[in-house]
Amino acid sequence: MEFLKKYKKQLEVVAAVLLLFVVIVIVDTLGNSVPRVIVSVLKKSCIYALIAVSLNLLNGFTGLFSLGQAGFMLIGAYTYAILTIPAGIREGVYYMYDGGALHFSVPLIVGLILAGVVPAIFAYLIGLPVLKLKSDYLAIATLGFAEIVRALIQWQGFAPVTNGSISLLKYPYFKKIWPFALVAGICILLIVLLLKSTYGRAFKAIRDDEISAEAMGINLAKHKQMSFVISSFFAGIGGALLAMYQTSLTATAFTSAMTYEILLIVVIGGIGSITGSVLGSFLFIACSEWWLRNLDSGKFLGISLPTVFRSGFRLVVFSVVIMVIVLFFRKGIMGERELDVDRIWNFFTKKIPAFVKSRFGKKTEGEKAE
Amino acid sequence: MAYLLAGISAGGQYALIAIGYTMVYGILRLINFAHADVFMVAGLLMVYLTTSVPYYIAIPLVILITVLVAFTIEKCAYSPLREAPRMSVMISAIGVSYLLQNVALYVTGGQPQVYPQMEFFSRTVTIFGATTKMVTVITPLLVAVLVVALVFLINKTKIGMAMRASSVDFNTARLMGIRINSVISFTFIIGAVLAAIGSMLYFNNYPSVIPTSGSMPGLKAFVSAVVGGIGSIPGAVVGAFIIGICENLLKMLGLTPFSDAFTFALLIVILCVKPSGIFGEKKIDKV
Repeated sequence: MEFLKKYKKQLEVVAAVLLLFVVIVIVDTLGNSVPRVIVSVLKKSCIYALIAVSLNLLNGFTGLFSLGQAGFMLIGAYTYAILTIPAGIREGVYYMYDGGALHFSVPLIVGLILAGVVPAIFAYLIGLPVLKLKSDYLAIATLGFAEIVRALIQWQGFAPVTNGSISLLKYPYFKKIWPFALVAGICILLIVLLLKSTYGRAFKAIRDDEISAEAMGINLAKHKQMSFVISSFFAGIGGALLAMYQTSLTATAFTSAMTYEILLIVVIGGIGSITGSVLGSFLFIACSEWWLRNLDSGKFLGISLPTVFRSGFRLVVFSVVIMVIVLFFRKGIMGERELDVDRIWNFFTKKIPAFVKSRFGKKTEGEKAE
Repeated sequence: MAYLLAGISAGGQYALIAIGYTMVYGILRLINFAHADVFMVAGLLMVYLTTSVPYYIAIPLVILITVLVAFTIEKCAYSPLREAPRMSVMISAIGVSYLLQNVALYVTGGQPQVYPQMEFFSRTVTIFGATTKMVTVITPLLVAVLVVALVFLINKTKIGMAMRASSVDFNTARLMGIRINSVISFTFIIGAVLAAIGSMLYFNNYPSVIPTSGSMPGLKAFVSAVVGGIGSIPGAVVGAFIIGICENLLKMLGLTPFSDAFTFALLIVILCVKPSGIFGEKKIDKV
């Protein structure tokens, strides 16, 4: 009992994660009887959760406003795809470039780790000059970096390695949902552990006040660099997972709009909340891929208006909703808090009855007065 | 020579967008990410309006509607956040950019819209032995006229003085009785007018407009503003010409894929060597 009480919070989180995982495994074992849209929503949500958390580590916990996430994802995705295409079928993929420059391939798991390591190295190099910059200059410099990466990957000079503007295909990928959830889960867990450590506290100190943090003896350059490199590492792995989800890879998809989407997920979930980011990405992906899908198909909630509900309307509604959140609910779903079972329990058992009571009570009083 | 002319022309177009960025940044300290999309909206408006009305009506209408769009954006998305942290406003700007792109996607149905070719602009002319389009010659002249007018406006008129005061110190300007909200709206309006004119010149060289076609020129214009020293109008113009010319010289050397990369490499170098830009003033952070 003592043990249960002491680690109540942690146990609750573990239980929630296990529950989610069990749901995913059940969906997996049901196989084809589950609608395809649910499968793809679950996969994509796991991936976006990881990437959103990695961006939150920078934006929400270290206070570095970076917009380079799509660039690091792109590097990660390409590293993974280039290294893991089986040597035997390279001829077919690189048909324009005599089978490409590389003639070996690495196992999936090594590819996945390298997909984190390579962006981390790039982040280290780019971080040396860029991290000296203040908030909005940093944002624009990292955005520029992402654009450079995208332009260079499509350059003909690198084509024997990157396949130029032709898509990369036939690399190994996970067919089930649970490996996506597992990889994303492990990575998010590592980030949570990092944030709980002294380093994590140093990050938060930098976010709250750089000058005081420095006065307290925190090495600003070192910690910013560290946060940037770690965030890029996980963004790279997220990129590799995204490549697996798509099963074919072109650089053109990794635009700044992708970074914006991830940033908006972080904002919706709450800047500075890990569970918020995870929740945000599940909501964001479910809305955009599933719940609002009917807005594009002429009929929504039984109303048939083919002239209004046509292709693209979903995204318009969706971005209006996002603007409302950004303007009026600036803290997002979670603010800076984490998901807390007790608080939810309290909300349903105390706050709602109290709210109903107050409304109801007033009414009866008013009736009496009349 | 043809490349140099193309560079000067591109520089002029970037300059018109860059002025919008630099003025808004000067007063609000906000990177207006939606500015590039306002530019794109102006392009799309031109496409739709020219199908129903002649050019001499369409051009003023495009400018007018673009101004309305920019004004509405400022009132709805930025002015409620005046007291909020800068990061929130920036996120709001990104949200607006996302919204405008999605609306454009919805309206166009994802199809590239063919930009009307104005006969006068597309006419070929020969100067200094190089054959080029009329628009290439007109752009720098028009930019020069507009910039002179703008500098006059800022240095000689009352509203210009109010703008300068607000960019030096927002709160003090307010205390001095400057109606800060109308100054900000006015800044957005000028930015929108210049962006609309810029879009007419820019898209004339391209066959069509798509919802994302604002982002590249927008980013480059922003880089020009930073290179020239953000907040300074002559700086933005000089920066834009530097970028436009360098980009086209790189194209001449056959390094086309690097022309975009060069812009951002220049940005990173400038930010590291002299973050305040060529004409910017140096600021020191105080506790």
